[in-house]
Amino acid sequence: MSKNPEFIENAVGRRVPTVVNGKDQIPFLGVGAAEPRGFKHAPPIRSCRDYAGDGDKRAPDLKTALQQCGLEDGMTISTHHHLRDGDAVALMALNAAAELGVKDLMWFPSASFPSHAPVIDLMDGGVVHHIEGSMNGPLGRYCSEGKMRGMGVLRSHGGRWQAIQDGEVHIDIAVVAAPTADSFGNADGSHGPSACGSLGFALADSIYADHVIVVTDNLVPFPCIPWQIQGNNVDVVVEVDSIGDPAKIVSGTTQITKSPERLLVAEYVARFLKDAGIMRDGFSFQAGAGGIALAFVEFLKEQMKEAGVRARFVRGGSTQYLVDLLNEGLTDYILDGQTFDLAAVESIGANPRHVATSPFTSYNYHGKGNFASMVDAVVLGATEVDVNFNANVNTHSDGVLLHGIGGWQNCLFSGCTILALPSFRDRIPVLVDEVTTMTGPGELIDVIVCERGIAINPLRSDLSDRVRDSSLPIRPIEDIKAEVERLVGGPPAKARLSEDPVAVIKWVDGTVLDTVWKVTDY
Amino acid sequence: MAGKAKQGSKSRGEAGPLGDDVRSDLHVAVEIVDSGGTHVEIRSKVGAMYGDSIRESAEAVLKALGVRDARVQIDDQGGLPFTVAARVEAAARRAGAGTHTHVKGDPRPERAVEREGPTARDRLRRSRLYLPGNQPKLMVNAGLHHPDGVILDLEDSVHPDEKDAARLVVRNAIRCLDFMGAERMVRINQLPLGFEDLKAVVPEGPDLILIPKVEDAQQVTDVDERIRGIRANEGDGHVIWLMPILESALGIENAFEVASAAETVVALTVGLEDYTADLGVVKTQTGAESLYARTRLVNAARAAGVQAIDSVYGDVGNVEGLREWALRSRALGFEGMGCIHPRQIEPIHEAFAPTAEEIDKALTIVAAFDDAQAKGLGVVRLGTKMVDPPVVLRAQRLVENARRMGLA
Repeated sequence: MSKNPEFIENAVGRRVPTVVNGKDQIPFLGVGAAEPRGFKHAPPIRSCRDYAGDGDKRAPDLKTALQQCGLEDGMTISTHHHLRDGDAVALMALNAAAELGVKDLMWFPSASFPSHAPVIDLMDGGVVHHIEGSMNGPLGRYCSEGKMRGMGVLRSHGGRWQAIQDGEVHIDIAVVAAPTADSFGNADGSHGPSACGSLGFALADSIYADHVIVVTDNLVPFPCIPWQIQGNNVDVVVEVDSIGDPAKIVSGTTQITKSPERLLVAEYVARFLKDAGIMRDGFSFQAGAGGIALAFVEFLKEQMKEAGVRARFVRGGSTQYLVDLLNEGLTDYILDGQTFDLAAVESIGANPRHVATSPFTSYNYHGKGNFASMVDAVVLGATEVDVNFNANVNTHSDGVLLHGIGGWQNCLFSGCTILALPSFRDRIPVLVDEVTTMTGPGELIDVIVCERGIAINPLRSDLSDRVRDSSLPIRPIEDIKAEVERLVGGPPAKARLSEDPVAVIKWVDGTVLDTVWKVTDY
Repeated sequence: MAGKAKQGSKSRGEAGPLGDDVRSDLHVAVEIVDSGGTHVEIRSKVGAMYGDSIRESAEAVLKALGVRDARVQIDDQGGLPFTVAARVEAAARRAGAGTHTHVKGDPRPERAVEREGPTARDRLRRSRLYLPGNQPKLMVNAGLHHPDGVILDLEDSVHPDEKDAARLVVRNAIRCLDFMGAERMVRINQLPLGFEDLKAVVPEGPDLILIPKVEDAQQVTDVDERIRGIRANEGDGHVIWLMPILESALGIENAFEVASAAETVVALTVGLEDYTADLGVVKTQTGAESLYARTRLVNAARAAGVQAIDSVYGDVGNVEGLREWALRSRALGFEGMGCIHPRQIEPIHEAFAPTAEEIDKALTIVAAFDDAQAKGLGVVRLGTKMVDPPVVLRAQRLVENARRMGLA
């Protein structure tokens, strides 16, 4: 971390560093303002003459594979989160690097989970220099306390693709966990004992990294069908006993919230889509796997049946609840970014209308368009929202890193972006004067739905007009906030943060949207 | 709970739940000592944001109770201010404060909502949502679900050892929470313990008191007189209604006397768990075993000019069962029933609402009656049919009810 970093105020008034981990940065310029130039990054030219003609790329273990890929001090190793909290491959790869005695690696996961907490030891021991990717739980606290040598860089799923594609991040070695693979390196996520669904998060790495290692616990004879990852991009294949804990890779069933208040929020969201005329034949929506989002799907489903309405496609975070929509003919397709439960994994493996997507198709800034802006409505969460509709998903109100960005920023481009959340958690208000960390600018956030009412962004007077006659409790955001503050005993004291940056929040275009500061008391 | 003192301390008291799985509540330990002033130590998940507020609240409550020297340990999981004040007061009282020491002020928290005027005697009472008196977390959002009434329960949902603590939570809740137009009811304990409850909550002006296990008129008049006595000190003429709960064979036998016992009785209701236990029969989904008791109650209530309100439906997951029960209940003459979960409110409101057909028919009859009145005709006709006066009366009542539900 630079001792005396320089800062600049960006287009939304946030103070951001001009240099991060030795690289010059562009401050956030405004939504759609960054104009990328030049050519896409490319991996080195390879030749089939250097790979075995019989297609067998197996190495006996990860250590050997890493050596074959030329692992050195200071390199960037990437891994992916399609195995979620059950992933064993990221730690396997980083520990193998540690055994080889290398230092100062940059770990570039598509997301990290609590099970990755042992990376703290590798950072303390000098093997890993810093992390660019989501940090939560113990890793989030470690970074927030300023213990990481480099600065954390948090990117959206789309932003990660952008950074790889425009060369902002150069991946030396990508390690791809594969629930099924052949010895050529073709890999699939929808079959095998550790099946997880889509491998979309690893796709960019497989195309742009200098070297690609596929790690599998289910090696099948060529060809591995379908090949979500193409073996033609893969250098080495390693067979291991287990790539992870299946119980933590997918949940047996995803749980709908039982909280009466959260059910009320979910019901309000569904009714809003109906009253605003968004729920109509051929519409589309995206909802994640959180308790409120799942309940929302159930309420919406009843409404769709009642109205005789069918969606053209839904986007997930797929779960049993989306699969039911598909099987009951209430949607033509599921375009799946991530597969959360057993029913969804089975469905993606068996139903051709349940389609695996990647951040390229869904979210990428450097694509010639992407799906996110084509979705009619998206239902998301947040830890804080301010009166200008800016939202925070990264830090807790005390400033500690809590969550990654995921696809959240990318989804803001939908036709109607709805944040569905409780107005306070325990005693902590979710509606605030100014967000602790800005993950999304308010101009893209259209509707806030909480148990005390629905606030529509004044920029979306068209939406307000459409729900003019609705019986829903539509109120100014300031009113709801004032009501919550009366209940919790006034606005919260501001988090006491230092002047030391520990991480930056990137916008979808690679510019710096906000800074995460070292926490002072914990 | 008030443990005996170690050296140098007078006594010690604790209140509130302890543990990591506690949400929106707190544990408070108060040790009253001989000297050294008051020291409040706070461990709170919201400490960075509300630590100062928790400290101020604790100090204010202790000061009001006349405690000058105390060691206080607070383990907070995000309790709201009305809960913080209630738990600190309960712990301090259990340590002997307020009884052994001179009370200088009133430890109640600052009033956060305006006290509303009394509710109408015959207001809609389709749904009343039970809220356990010692679980402040469930009270905070109860009004959002728009039940016709909320019941802050001090009786069966509160452990005998926690009655004192629950009383303070309920008192503070009435003082500080906005129930968004729901009638604010309190179910007190069986007498004589119920008199202690009245002392705590009646000054806050709840709208209605539910009296459990009523078997004769005297119990009702006792409660009514006690309430009048307490309200006399307040001097604002705020009326508090009564809803006796009949929960035994004897109570059902005396239904009419109970309903007529005081001017302030606005409704009669029944507790089927205790009633079926008294009869020695099993409570079933369809309620055939309590049909006599319920119809007898409806008749007595009507004879006394008060509302008949049904018991609760216990299977929260079974919405269809609830709907059927509520429809039968309305058909028997009940005007509402209890809810044990917010998701039961809407099906109950739907079931107790007249259907569109019923409303249309009633509107036609009322219009024919008005027409006949305007023409000075003694007989109301609808087409070729004559409409009897009781039919007109029923239609008028139905239309009035539908208007209050916003349906006509």
